[in-house]
Amino acid sequence: MIEIFQNYGDALLRGFGETILCSIIALIFALIIGSGFAILESTPIRWLRIIARAYIELFRNIPLLVITMFFYVVIPMYVLDISGFVAGTIGLILYSSAFIAETVRAGIQSVDTGQMEGARANGLTFWQAMRYIILPQAFRYVLPPLGNQFINLVKNSSVLAFVAGFDLMYQGNVIASDSLQSMSTYMCVGVLYLIITLPLSYYMRYLEHRLS
Amino acid sequence: MWDNLVNAYSFINIRFLMEGAWVTVQVSVISIVLSSIFGMILGIVRYVRVKILSAVLGFVIDIIRNLPLILIMFFTYFGLPNIGFKPVPFWAAIIALTIFESAMIAEIVRAGIESIPDGQMEGARSNGLTFWQTLRYIIVPQAIQNMIPALVSQFISLVKDTSLATIIVLPDLMNHAQIIYGQNTNYTIPMFIALAVMYFVVCYALSLLSNYFERRLQRNGAVVEEDISEVGTN
Repeated sequence: MIEIFQNYGDALLRGFGETILCSIIALIFALIIGSGFAILESTPIRWLRIIARAYIELFRNIPLLVITMFFYVVIPMYVLDISGFVAGTIGLILYSSAFIAETVRAGIQSVDTGQMEGARANGLTFWQAMRYIILPQAFRYVLPPLGNQFINLVKNSSVLAFVAGFDLMYQGNVIASDSLQSMSTYMCVGVLYLIITLPLSYYMRYLEHRLS
Repeated sequence: MWDNLVNAYSFINIRFLMEGAWVTVQVSVISIVLSSIFGMILGIVRYVRVKILSAVLGFVIDIIRNLPLILIMFFTYFGLPNIGFKPVPFWAAIIALTIFESAMIAEIVRAGIESIPDGQMEGARSNGLTFWQTLRYIIVPQAIQNMIPALVSQFISLVKDTSLATIIVLPDLMNHAQIIYGQNTNYTIPMFIALAVMYFVVCYALSLLSNYFERRLQRNGAVVEEDISEVGTN
């Protein structure tokens, strides 16, 4: 393992950086899109709810790999030439946003309905009540599950290896076939993934404990 | 475009896709059965707190849960031959999925058992049942009821995750679709539609099942101390 780190440290670190970069980009967009659909699903307007539901169910029930490959194979063929990194990140955003929407929706629903009624009765519009009353309360409640979604996102970012996204997993494959030491290479890759995910997962567990 | 659509779904192609789907179903079902068994055992060991074993196990489970599944597939496919066992892709995929999902399910089981109020255990013990009898007849049956929604969502991700096994050349649905559109690029879009539809139908049916259980659970007013619906699912 140490040998691999010495000989291929550069490539591994570059992959590590790409994985973090793509995870953070995907997290930001997935949070925005996911929260958006979660709010749409909580509106009183029926057709907005149906659209949100359809989006969430669609991307939750199709494998991430299928979504990612679609953007990697089909979009460059007919629409726009995008790199593997971009295709992978778009796939991650769509897939994760559906899960984040589900999480945030659960959070919104966990806020007592009296809060919304009270806010509306005090003259706030639906959006104002959402923005100033419901969401701040919901977000505190959904922070641990959101953190878990982020951990999943980091792990899922390994699909970039399928689409030449130059992430950690991809670099791992390249190094494994170059050094002919697949086991120790994948162990190095595993350690690097754990550096991101393990502390996060312990922190989320701590947060969960403190909340309950 | 229309021609492509008709040709893409020719009898031969559909049969080829179905062969792949059959492999996906086999891998999913075997992995679900195996990981349920192992997950259950591991979860109970975690709950019971055998001195060193549970702590070590907890750490190993945490490590597995926090690794990408693709990496675990590489370990089983490229790593196991190092210790003298060379699995074909079919079994390498099943072993990897079982390892990963057992760890996930173990956490669900542990949380499920811990969600049963302590009074149940205390009551049963003071009525003369041994610890294991209580676990077997009082705690686990109630816990399973609470766990079912989380378990079903875990199985949904398992079905979706089988597609990742194309990277170790498992001839599953995803792989067969790739072969078809690899031979004729005009079939790309039809194949992605077929993939999306087939995975969606299976996973959505499972998620409806999960919703049904969840509703029934709420109606029955199940005893839950801690919300476990968020554990693990992806």
